[in-house]
Amino acid sequence: MKILVCISNVPDTTAKINFTADNKAFDKNGVQFVINPWDEYALTRAIELKEAKGGTVTVLNVGEADTEPNIRKALAIGADDAIRVNAFPKDSFFVAEQIAAVAKENNYDVILMGKESIDYNGSQVHNMVGELLGIPAVVPAFKLDLLDDNTARLEREIEGGKEIVEVKLPFIASAQQPMSEPRIPNMRGIMTARTKPLQVVEPVSATAKADYVNYSKPEKKGGVKMIDAENAGELIKLLRNEAKVL
Amino acid sequence: MSVLVFVEGLNGEIKKSSLEAATYGYQVAQQLGTTATAVAIGDVNEEALAKLGGQGISKVLYDSDSRLNQFVADAYVKVISKAVEQESAKVLVFSNSNIGAAIGAKLAVRLNGSLATNVTALPKTEGGSFTVTRGVFSGKAFAEVALTADLKIIAIKKNSIVIASGDGTAAVENFSAALTDADFAEVPKETVMQETDGVLLPEAAIVVSGGRGMKGPENWHLIEGLANALGAATACSKPVSDLDWRPHHEHVGQTGITISPNLYIAIGISGAIQHLAGVNSSKVIVVINKDPEAPFFKAADYGIVGDAFEVVPKLIEAAKALDK
Repeated sequence: MKILVCISNVPDTTAKINFTADNKAFDKNGVQFVINPWDEYALTRAIELKEAKGGTVTVLNVGEADTEPNIRKALAIGADDAIRVNAFPKDSFFVAEQIAAVAKENNYDVILMGKESIDYNGSQVHNMVGELLGIPAVVPAFKLDLLDDNTARLEREIEGGKEIVEVKLPFIASAQQPMSEPRIPNMRGIMTARTKPLQVVEPVSATAKADYVNYSKPEKKGGVKMIDAENAGELIKLLRNEAKVL
Repeated sequence: MSVLVFVEGLNGEIKKSSLEAATYGYQVAQQLGTTATAVAIGDVNEEALAKLGGQGISKVLYDSDSRLNQFVADAYVKVISKAVEQESAKVLVFSNSNIGAAIGAKLAVRLNGSLATNVTALPKTEGGSFTVTRGVFSGKAFAEVALTADLKIIAIKKNSIVIASGDGTAAVENFSAALTDADFAEVPKETVMQETDGVLLPEAAIVVSGGRGMKGPENWHLIEGLANALGAATACSKPVSDLDWRPHHEHVGQTGITISPNLYIAIGISGAIQHLAGVNSSKVIVVINKDPEAPFFKAADYGIVGDAFEVVPKLIEAAKALDK
């Protein structure tokens, strides 16, 4: 069983988001980067499947050299080896093309990633990769089991419910909780991660089709209006007559 | 050249989020000096489709193949691709639902289009460019994105467009993509819908949400009571779903679902930055917390410092007293 897990390198969930003075790029200054939390669900489930069935887990990141600490972290958590496509991830399509190119060369049985990244929130790459490779994409999945060597059973969220799907390998799925319980690397993992293979490959040619030209932040709230707890019913009146949302 | 809108049905009616997409599609069509056509499939009645005229849609292409009542990505993609081709559409609009995002990505690859999901505002179309605004960094920022391919595919964030309501009537035409069994190879084994009183969280205009301050799942009747009185959906914070007090699909926040209702009422939720990321595009935020230092008050429009177990019953009473 060969499993590929795609991870993105994103600002920590508690990071303050700022942009450069011209508002044309994210300001990385002082920002701690982490493995995209959604991708961690994919990574841990992949390691669990490997532990149960044997095989290998390869981690893939499309990014520049500064993503390597988090690639090493994924190796410390339990992946066997890693590939970094040495390119700035310009847009979803560009990233999907890179992942598809790596996948075509290596014939993975299962490709996993998070349901979206917490920075660009596109939720596009998994389905694009599925389309590029011509394999099923099960998105967003919150349960994944292998029934036998050829078939997986997944549960995916739909608006207002869930679908249970069975697919033949190879397939791609995106992860969300409660697919697995993310793990913290232990000391042994951290030590062995240093010597696990991390291969750097150059990107294939692909043209981005979305160009990020400007960033802005939401307008600040005008301040909070406090209502006395004794007189809580007043809130409902304000919501109807002042805020006009009831 | 026209604008094409993909419309999802549910139990015969058109989903609210698709009415938002239809409204958006018509407004884009006006900007570009063209008309808006909808493509609809599956479980929706023709009367509801004709009413899309109220959102400005001129024509509806309806594929009534009942196999499409269930979501099967390949089949949906084939129907929409054919409609794009027939209408020579240059802009394709849908709701940023699980279905919309999935087919959007596949269509972007298949038809070589530019895709923007999570879009919150009408495009800028001056000087031949086409730039949309989309939510990024989990609600903490917006990005303007130029879509550079000939075909622009746009998935609209729910609740970010006010639905237009006119009295126009759209012409409904039968449409068939001549689907074969092979297009339905990935049909789901089983579909399980949640037991609900009717208001789905991602589409809800009003959401009542509880946090650890509610002390235990046995107290959720208060959250549900207020939600019922307001016609709202219920939600919860991450600790609450981690503790299994409530199901995961109710968890709003950075790693849960992101919502943008007109009114979000947070009860016993302190307002960690990860929670705010899931709700901060709500139009009005109410925070009820017994800790006056709870960070959530800084992001709120209205606040009450008090014990939920005393405050919420008063709110339920006041909400019931409102005339509808």
